Amino acid sequence: MTLNMFVQHFINALGLGSLYGLIAIGYTMVYGILRLINFAHGDIFMLGAYFVFFSTVMYKMPWAVGVGIAILGATLCGLLVDRVAYRPLRSAPRISALISAIGVSFFIENLAVVVFTGMPRPVVQPPMLMKAFSVGGVRLVPLGLMVPAISFVLVSGLLWVVYKTKPGLAMRSISHDIETTRLMGVSVDRIIALTFAIGSALAAVAGIMWALRYPRVEPFMGIIPGFKAFIAAVFGGIGSIPGAMLGGLALGFVEIMSVAFFPKLSGYKDAFAFVLLIVILLAKPTGLMGEKLEDKI
Amino acid sequence: MRKLVLALVVCLMATGAAFAADDVIKIGVFNCLTGQNAFGGQLELEGTQLAQKEIPEVLGKKIELVIVDNKSDKVEAANAVTRLIERDKVNAIIGTYGSSLAMAGGEVAEKAGVPVMGTSCTNPLVTQGKQYYFRACFIDPFQGAGAAAYAYRDLGFKKAALLIDVANDYSVGLGNFFKQNFTKLGGEIVSEMKYQSGDQDFTAQLTELISKKPDIVFLPAYFAEGAIVLKQAKELGAEFRFMGGDAMDNPEVVTLGGDAVEGFLHTTFAYDPSMPNMNPVAQKFTENWKKAFPGKEPNVNAALGYDSYILIVDAIKRAGSADPKAIRDALEQTKDVPTVTGMTTLNATHDAEKELGIVEIRDGKKQFIGTVTP
Repeated sequence: MTLNMFVQHFINALGLGSLYGLIAIGYTMVYGILRLINFAHGDIFMLGAYFVFFSTVMYKMPWAVGVGIAILGATLCGLLVDRVAYRPLRSAPRISALISAIGVSFFIENLAVVVFTGMPRPVVQPPMLMKAFSVGGVRLVPLGLMVPAISFVLVSGLLWVVYKTKPGLAMRSISHDIETTRLMGVSVDRIIALTFAIGSALAAVAGIMWALRYPRVEPFMGIIPGFKAFIAAVFGGIGSIPGAMLGGLALGFVEIMSVAFFPKLSGYKDAFAFVLLIVILLAKPTGLMGEKLEDKI
Repeated sequence: MRKLVLALVVCLMATGAAFAADDVIKIGVFNCLTGQNAFGGQLELEGTQLAQKEIPEVLGKKIELVIVDNKSDKVEAANAVTRLIERDKVNAIIGTYGSSLAMAGGEVAEKAGVPVMGTSCTNPLVTQGKQYYFRACFIDPFQGAGAAAYAYRDLGFKKAALLIDVANDYSVGLGNFFKQNFTKLGGEIVSEMKYQSGDQDFTAQLTELISKKPDIVFLPAYFAEGAIVLKQAKELGAEFRFMGGDAMDNPEVVTLGGDAVEGFLHTTFAYDPSMPNMNPVAQKFTENWKKAFPGKEPNVNAALGYDSYILIVDAIKRAGSADPKAIRDALEQTKDVPTVTGMTTLNATHDAEKELGIVEIRDGKKQFIGTVTP
């Protein structure tokens, strides 16, 4: 393999991995504080992509407005899911909330089929993001560089919120002990809602960037990326935000590099990723950056 | 009690059918008129009905169509064929869109010994080992061979590569047939990359393909993924051309792929209302269709529904009888019958051998650029 081919693969992997990471953060945050696997997360991602499609392609709004609408819309949907499907089950056994999450996920997907129809629709990419240029034999489009850059900025911002602000302190506190936190006078439901809002907003950003990079939207587009991102979250150590990003990047790199180095085995790209996952979990059951928790599922 | 009533009703219907006049030839149609495949099934039925309007008689007898909906459901497909044979006592059957439905119905017809003409069921298994199932469409091995012949002979490409969906039987099958034929012709397969249905990132495979510098990449994909592959290939600066199969024959390819699909080639049945130099049958079909269904464009499915009827009537004429066994024997001898989708010959495996259309996307529009016989 030549150097510029490797760099090309590296850039491809960086783009894909940072998107996985961005979605994985939503899983990891909700799991971190509620021990709940929010299966509807991939569908919020899909809704984010659809909102940007409707606002920019159907209603011809400028991109900045479309992005704002998509983030706001997806955030509201995330809050609604929490309010309707999870909050009433806060004190129920964990498995009930999990089943509720699966139900919500199916509900959103099928509602999307009815409302948006099952046909895949094209997203129009802003031409300035797609103007290709070559650097030393490596082919780049601005979008390919924007995706990882935006992801890293957002993750840094999120880390600041979680570790340096009061609501962040409350979030971390809830993840340790929800009852004690409540006794300390923290409005637990509000903090949980905030967590869902942040997670959904990040999912929406990932959805928008996904729709730009792979320019079509369809109701089931969230399933596979959601699934992969969940794996990335477990891989990085579920509950840990840097872990989710790292897990996402690792998954992206394994998928792309396995094809790059073993082109004959390109059909087994997912198998490579999963074998690596199993190996890592066998060696380190809490994932790459996971903390040891007493009561994991 | 309900069973008794049902039995009585069935008896009444059976006697009713027995009284049907002898000088009518009945052709049954089982197709998807409702359910998920209704879009294709409806068009095929309309094609068949148009053909019946044009040729209402054979051997001096009136031809009657008996239409049954298989509801895009395998169980219903078997029931529909049973009904056509047991109750309506049809002489031959036409149908259906969807290979799995054809297979379900085919079992019943095979046992009863009634010939069936498949419209657009392209899976090789539909007619495999069957005495009574035929089809008006070509199958994937034929399509793969045609695509390879066009790429090698007409375009002069010597180095090809493949990008195949390993989770899709159609894609794997068609890809293999292309590969076999392309190497048999003397071409070289420089790379064989794979992906899975549902994948959206093809950058790794495409980067690898670009490094191997093929002249053409064969992409037997479904349209939604295929269009995204073409888009990403353009972003990565791929200089080779792409060629797909009939599953890429969908207007959505252009909507999804935009200018990235310019120059994309795919094989399909040799009919499109916009094609230049139509054969006389296709011309007549297009004209009559526009009269019968103003404001609705005919497509390949409608053409195949029409062709299926023509092939059966042709067999009845040659057999000189409407006996199901005689029709079957005559169908086996079908050779060079002019149909909408070209001259049709039915081969030893009961599949249609006809010209394969080659389409290129130019200025965002489907253009017929030629036909090829492998």
